[in-house]
Amino acid sequence: MKKREHLENTAEQEALAAQLGESDTFIDKMKRMAADNKLAVFSAFVILIFLLLAIFAPLLTPYSFDEQDLLSRLAAPSSKHLFGTDELGRDVLTRLLYGARVSLAVGIIPTIASMVIGVLLGMISGYVGGIVDSVIMRLADVVLSFPSLLLAMVIMYTLGDGITSIFIALAITSWAGVARVIRSETLTLREAEYVEAARSMGVKDFTIILRHVFPNCIPSLIVLFTLDVPSAILSESALSFLGIGVQLPNSSWGLMVNMGRTYLYNAPWLSLVPSAAIMLVVLAFNFLGDGLRDVLDPHLKNS
Amino acid sequence: MLKSIGKRVVQTIIVLFCVSLMIFVLLRIVPGDAITTMMGEHANADTIARLTKEMKLDQPIYMQFLTYIKDICTGNFGTSYTLNKPVTELLAAAFPNTVKLAVFAAVIAWVIGMVCGIVAAVKKDGILDRLFMGFSLLGVSVPVFMVAMVLQYFIAYKLHWVDISGVKSWTGFILPAVALGWNSAGSIARLTRSTLVEVLQEDYIDTAKAKGLGRGAVIILHGLRNAMLPVITMMALQISSLLSGAVISETIFSINGVGRLAVDAISRRDIPLLQGTVLFTTVIVIIGNLIADCLYTVLDPRIRKGA
Repeated sequence: MKKREHLENTAEQEALAAQLGESDTFIDKMKRMAADNKLAVFSAFVILIFLLLAIFAPLLTPYSFDEQDLLSRLAAPSSKHLFGTDELGRDVLTRLLYGARVSLAVGIIPTIASMVIGVLLGMISGYVGGIVDSVIMRLADVVLSFPSLLLAMVIMYTLGDGITSIFIALAITSWAGVARVIRSETLTLREAEYVEAARSMGVKDFTIILRHVFPNCIPSLIVLFTLDVPSAILSESALSFLGIGVQLPNSSWGLMVNMGRTYLYNAPWLSLVPSAAIMLVVLAFNFLGDGLRDVLDPHLKNS
Repeated sequence: MLKSIGKRVVQTIIVLFCVSLMIFVLLRIVPGDAITTMMGEHANADTIARLTKEMKLDQPIYMQFLTYIKDICTGNFGTSYTLNKPVTELLAAAFPNTVKLAVFAAVIAWVIGMVCGIVAAVKKDGILDRLFMGFSLLGVSVPVFMVAMVLQYFIAYKLHWVDISGVKSWTGFILPAVALGWNSAGSIARLTRSTLVEVLQEDYIDTAKAKGLGRGAVIILHGLRNAMLPVITMMALQISSLLSGAVISETIFSINGVGRLAVDAISRRDIPLLQGTVLFTTVIVIIGNLIADCLYTVLDPRIRKGA
């Protein structure tokens, strides 16, 4: 608290505390979100349910994801098959649950990877500045200047089909946005008085980044994460929909939509059920992301 | 101002060079060699030899890159080996369709998005605000292919209002354009609302009201004019997502556009065609962004004076 003694004005101190997110703890903020934003809480609940369904898929359904029942092909939704069956008589609900594993993993894993890359490069870029900053930012420009779906398609072509390739393709296409945000935060934080104070006390740059810069980027990272996961899910579904992503006999929501497209007119549930699942999860992440941004981003909070 | 535009042009040239380098590298580090990947394991030796020579893969890598850059600069994207036509010719046939689709989608998205955004901002916290913002969230969350298929199923298949696929007349572009523009409309609506809400709280809005200006004039002349810059920036950036998002709309509605050409190139493993389509689309997007940036510099007095 010593470093703030020169701020005599209480309002100014409070503003700084609010800016640093120190006025209340993370738990307090979450409590406030729970009280103010029921939609965000409901969305978190929906995401949790989908995660549980994905994890416990084998326990929840009597069928296996590639079990064919050729006698009941393209069966309409019934009590035996809640969401009907596909062209090979496979239970759509089962494939949806197993597809959730792939679709959620593809939403979460590449997003974490892109966060790690984006945070590292963004903080280095913002803190070091100069030529390093220019090089990293030009690299980000190059990645951002590609239409992301096309870039992902080319990367998938290079790496070959498969889930790992999708992880890599999506991480490569989405780190640049994170790096830009983190760079601009670092630029602001670098000039903050407490960072200057730490620097004048002889604290090493690495420690300053780790102790003072990174923790202050965490709220933005949480928000970015919740908003990037749905876009990764959408990208995967688009790739799989185009036949360049997840391959049979695996199941992902995008692939299910693609396979069902041929039967759109006589068995619309084949495409519409997985589409609806994608929409629900993406909506839930967006609502949660918006809610988190309202409580975690002091900028929006103050306005 | 000229200095900042010049700087931006130089930056763009560097980015263009890096982009071409990246595509070159990506399409040549295919595990195994490019020709076997293209032709499959059982291709005959003569074909492999001919293609290797044709694609100049027998030359040292730096020579390959120099030839590639020279070809790009002269607009020569090579020959598609599956369609047996120059890639430039295929692009010339497909590009007008993609442009029509993107322009159609942009007009639909921007008009709907801005109207919803303005109404929501003016009626902040009212029923219309909640309704439009709910819709806009659906806009950013529903995948393009879902919108496309739902439209195709209900509007084309059930109601027969327009053709299911293909573009025999301009009406054929309506459904693909709505499907494509859907996401953009959502984000434009949200951005227009949030910037306009912020601008309407500024002091100069109170001043304008105090001068006795009418509500409409205040919103349009003082509010909207100042809220438009971020919206215009987003619109420029959306050109990129509309052109690349066109891939899905074109595939579902069987429109012969650049995106569909790229998907075909991947499924047929046609490297020259893939390289040509990706490079072409990316260059168009980058140049589009450059033009938007320059316009932005000319339009915004703060940037103009600052430069």
